[in-house]
Amino acid sequence: MPREKMIRKVAKPAIFALCLGPVAWYAWLAVSGGLGANPIEATTRYFGDWGLRFLLIALAVTPLREIFGFGILARFRRMIGLFAFFYVFLHLTSYVALDQFFDMAAVWSDIVKRNFITVGMIAFAMLVPLAVTSTKGWMKRLGGKSWQRLHRVVYAAGVLAVVHFYMMVKADVREPLVYAAILGALLAWRVFMRLKPRVPVKRLRGL
Amino acid sequence: MLIKVTRPTDIKSSEITPKSVFLNRRKFLKTAAVAGAGLAVGQLLPDQAWAGRKLDGIVKGRFATDEEQTSFMSVTSYNNFYEFGTDKNDPVKNSGAFKAKPWTVEIAGECEKPGTYAFEDVIKPHRLEERIYRLRCVEAWSMVVPWVGVPLGDVIKRFAPTSAAKYVAFETIVRPEEMPGQKRPILPWPYVEGLRMDEAMNPLTLLAVGLYGEELLNQNGAPIRLVLPWKYGFKSIKSIVKITFTEKEPPCTWNQQASHEYGFYANVNPQVDHPRWSQAKERRIGEFFKRETLMFNGYADEVASLYSGLDLQRYY
Repeated sequence: MPREKMIRKVAKPAIFALCLGPVAWYAWLAVSGGLGANPIEATTRYFGDWGLRFLLIALAVTPLREIFGFGILARFRRMIGLFAFFYVFLHLTSYVALDQFFDMAAVWSDIVKRNFITVGMIAFAMLVPLAVTSTKGWMKRLGGKSWQRLHRVVYAAGVLAVVHFYMMVKADVREPLVYAAILGALLAWRVFMRLKPRVPVKRLRGL
Repeated sequence: MLIKVTRPTDIKSSEITPKSVFLNRRKFLKTAAVAGAGLAVGQLLPDQAWAGRKLDGIVKGRFATDEEQTSFMSVTSYNNFYEFGTDKNDPVKNSGAFKAKPWTVEIAGECEKPGTYAFEDVIKPHRLEERIYRLRCVEAWSMVVPWVGVPLGDVIKRFAPTSAAKYVAFETIVRPEEMPGQKRPILPWPYVEGLRMDEAMNPLTLLAVGLYGEELLNQNGAPIRLVLPWKYGFKSIKSIVKITFTEKEPPCTWNQQASHEYGFYANVNPQVDHPRWSQAKERRIGEFFKRETLMFNGYADEVASLYSGLDLQRYY
């Protein structure tokens, strides 16, 4: 099978299925009682965790590609990014539909009053235009440069997502700090590449 | 009015394995393990892991709500007890090595009978009561728990606090080797709590030693804990080893940790929000829809008079 066909017919569907793994695992937890005594809270946390993880995986694509020369990874970046949005969306849906049961007044007062929810909502709002403009059509319409500039918003969204998690935790902040460290490394690599003298323009595109 | 929403997926009570059958099965497994692999394996399965011993001579106490009780399973597997870890199921998973017996409680401070008392000597002189209380966590979930215990006020009287005793301070045991959460400074150990003397003497205040008619399990604060149904759950300190009568307001762990989030009083109050949660509503464990939170968790008749004249917005 030619390489291009392999990517399209085998690798992409395989990675797509892999990215759906957390949904399958969730389904198993739900039917086996694995969500515990407070399944709504468990659901919201579960999809929040995976949203953040996929966001970090998406942000790791370019560094991995550049450092290890895995050029092929670029082919899956959009899919991984959209899965990040998918899980973040499920996280938000769980909060609005299950936790608050569409009590929009309560949701709004949460957004306004609770800092960690304010931060989380801003992060989500940042991800919406990125998901919408992820298509080839939008890439053309915006032009490569502006599209790329717009999509750098993902760095800010990543930072806010980690802050959102950190602020939510009551006492043991080890877990959010692990995410913060990974995000920090991924962003630091980009800053480092930027500041490095005489980097060919071609390579900067990947940033 | 309380409306119980029954869903088709709800397990009928007739379908639940009776506890005795459940325990017998465990006993069988344990016996089989002992027979098959020698005593060592049997010792890995202490009785504590699934059930406390039955408590005898319990009388029905006052203050029993007739609301549906939260399942034994949920009450014993969804816990905040950071000494065993910060996840809700950490306490049930990580408390197997904790030894709640033998146990002593030190009585200190402004009283006539200080000293170190055996657990039995603290509890035995009193009659065990069952109290079915609502429990409201500061995280906006709630349960209904059939506790077994003795009124704290009756116990306190035996130690004859002096007129200088204005507050009562409580302390949880520190045993990092048995309480893995204490191996790291998630909170400053020991966990400490405090009450005003009149709160401690209020008839609602319970020194609990059991739930569902059995001895407390480790994850629920064995062998002895407070239950203050009109306050957020974190005030109901677990595994108490020290009670001190003091003249000044004693420190409280969560208040020290984040005083803008957790006050000394921590009375359940739907009008005063926690910065990270609205306190207007709560989710009863096992139910889908949230319900309105009641002032003093529905115990205003018993405790509101304790706080007359106190600005509850300020003294939250």
